Amino acid sequence: MASLYEKRFDGRAVGEVRPMIAKVGIVPSADGSASFETGGTKAIAVVRGPRTLHPQHMQNAQTGILRVSYGMMPFSVWDRIRPGPSRRSEEIGKVCEWALDSVVDLSGFPNTVVDVFIQIPKADAGTRVAGLNAAAMALAHAGIPMKEMITAIAVGKADKTLLVDVDKAEEDFHDGEGATDIPLAITSRGKEISLLQLDGKISPAELSEAIEMGKKACDDILKVQMDALKNVTGENNE
Amino acid sequence: MSNFIIPNLQREKIEDCVNEGKRLDGRKIDEYREIIVENGVSPSASSAVKVKLGKTEVYAGVHLATAVPYPDSPDQGTFMTSAELHPMASQQFDIGRPGINAVELARVIDRGIRESGFIDFSKLCIKEGERVWQVFVDIIAINDDGNLLDVAGLAALIALGRARMPVYNEEEGKTEHEFSENPIPLNKEAMSFNMTFHKVGDTIVADVDKEEEAVSKFRLSIAVGDNNGQPRITAMQKGKAGTINADDMQNILKLVEDKWAELFPKVKEYAFK
Repeated sequence: MASLYEKRFDGRAVGEVRPMIAKVGIVPSADGSASFETGGTKAIAVVRGPRTLHPQHMQNAQTGILRVSYGMMPFSVWDRIRPGPSRRSEEIGKVCEWALDSVVDLSGFPNTVVDVFIQIPKADAGTRVAGLNAAAMALAHAGIPMKEMITAIAVGKADKTLLVDVDKAEEDFHDGEGATDIPLAITSRGKEISLLQLDGKISPAELSEAIEMGKKACDDILKVQMDALKNVTGENNE
Repeated sequence: MSNFIIPNLQREKIEDCVNEGKRLDGRKIDEYREIIVENGVSPSASSAVKVKLGKTEVYAGVHLATAVPYPDSPDQGTFMTSAELHPMASQQFDIGRPGINAVELARVIDRGIRESGFIDFSKLCIKEGERVWQVFVDIIAINDDGNLLDVAGLAALIALGRARMPVYNEEEGKTEHEFSENPIPLNKEAMSFNMTFHKVGDTIVADVDKEEEAVSKFRLSIAVGDNNGQPRITAMQKGKAGTINADDMQNILKLVEDKWAELFPKVKEYAFK
């Protein structure tokens, strides 16, 4: 049976990412900073550190630690979000932390913390993956030792059609099998998965295919990240 | 905002410099940095802007929602300003609930806007005693290079000036994901904007950078509006532990008149053009 979602609402090919804009060096007081935009979604990431971690009992004498926080600006979506941390934002911060921690090496900075702050000024789905793309660039910009880059994408399925870089309208697709949302982060060299979440309904075979589509899209995104890192816009020059 | 540590040598250098009428970055003591405004940073908001004053940068957005009015003002809309001094913006800010600096900043800006009569709350009534519009202004600091108060206040005004009413479905009593062409009800002529002056050394300085802010003795924030071509003060707040002597006050009031005449037309243009 044919899928009920064959043509994408915005006319993109199924494997096509929305138009991307990546910038590095957008927050002058930070150690590293970057922004990453796909379509109606934008993330800003700022890195501060390595700096001494307080309180002292949280310090690790073997290595520095990475700490990631994620938040959406109250006006980034239609219904105002209450300012400050929420259960959702804390969980997303944690999974993004795990995703980045897998490539960051802070063993040279014992007793320190590297803070990554992700903020979303506008949201049209895929905010955590946009945040990861910005955060990876900001870490590289800050000169934090990294084994590889991290590139992330939200893969999805609307009815029976697999898609990359799902937008909000597609995330809300209700016909047939409905929508499945799979945020995914891939390491740049090993092509391993450092973040994976899913909600929806999908068969194992479709999931394998979706991951392959995601990896392919990540190659395109990685180029945009690397270009931005080679062309640091400089102070306050977003 | 204030626990930024400056070595004594640098403090003396800054103070000597302003006492001679100069500043380390080459500005005059009453000179504001360049204002840069970017509109439409979030299409899902009634309006959202990014405003920079030199390297100090904030985002501000306006959202409208419906709510039950307060019992003592059943036919008036409501207004709330919140600010996040996000650790993204400065080494000195912590994650979590807004600290006292963020709360004070939001309240000073809230008061300046509320007391000026800029927002016409009576026109934000949908049904008396049952439903009114709530106006939210949210401010997020992205980079702190001093004088966040004025940048945040400016961003709030510009966002309000450009905000559009959401489409309201009266039958279902719900707000659609769509904006009309109608601006939110404002008394444009009542607009006032906030200017903050600091005493650095023995000198009153406008638009301080981060280092000047850290060494200043006190700050005085003054919201100033237009009364038939003359400045009219609508809100004030003194901050930090220093005291204001009679000369300081005269100097500040003189500066208020000069800077208001210079900046007010620009602010109006940013907010309404």
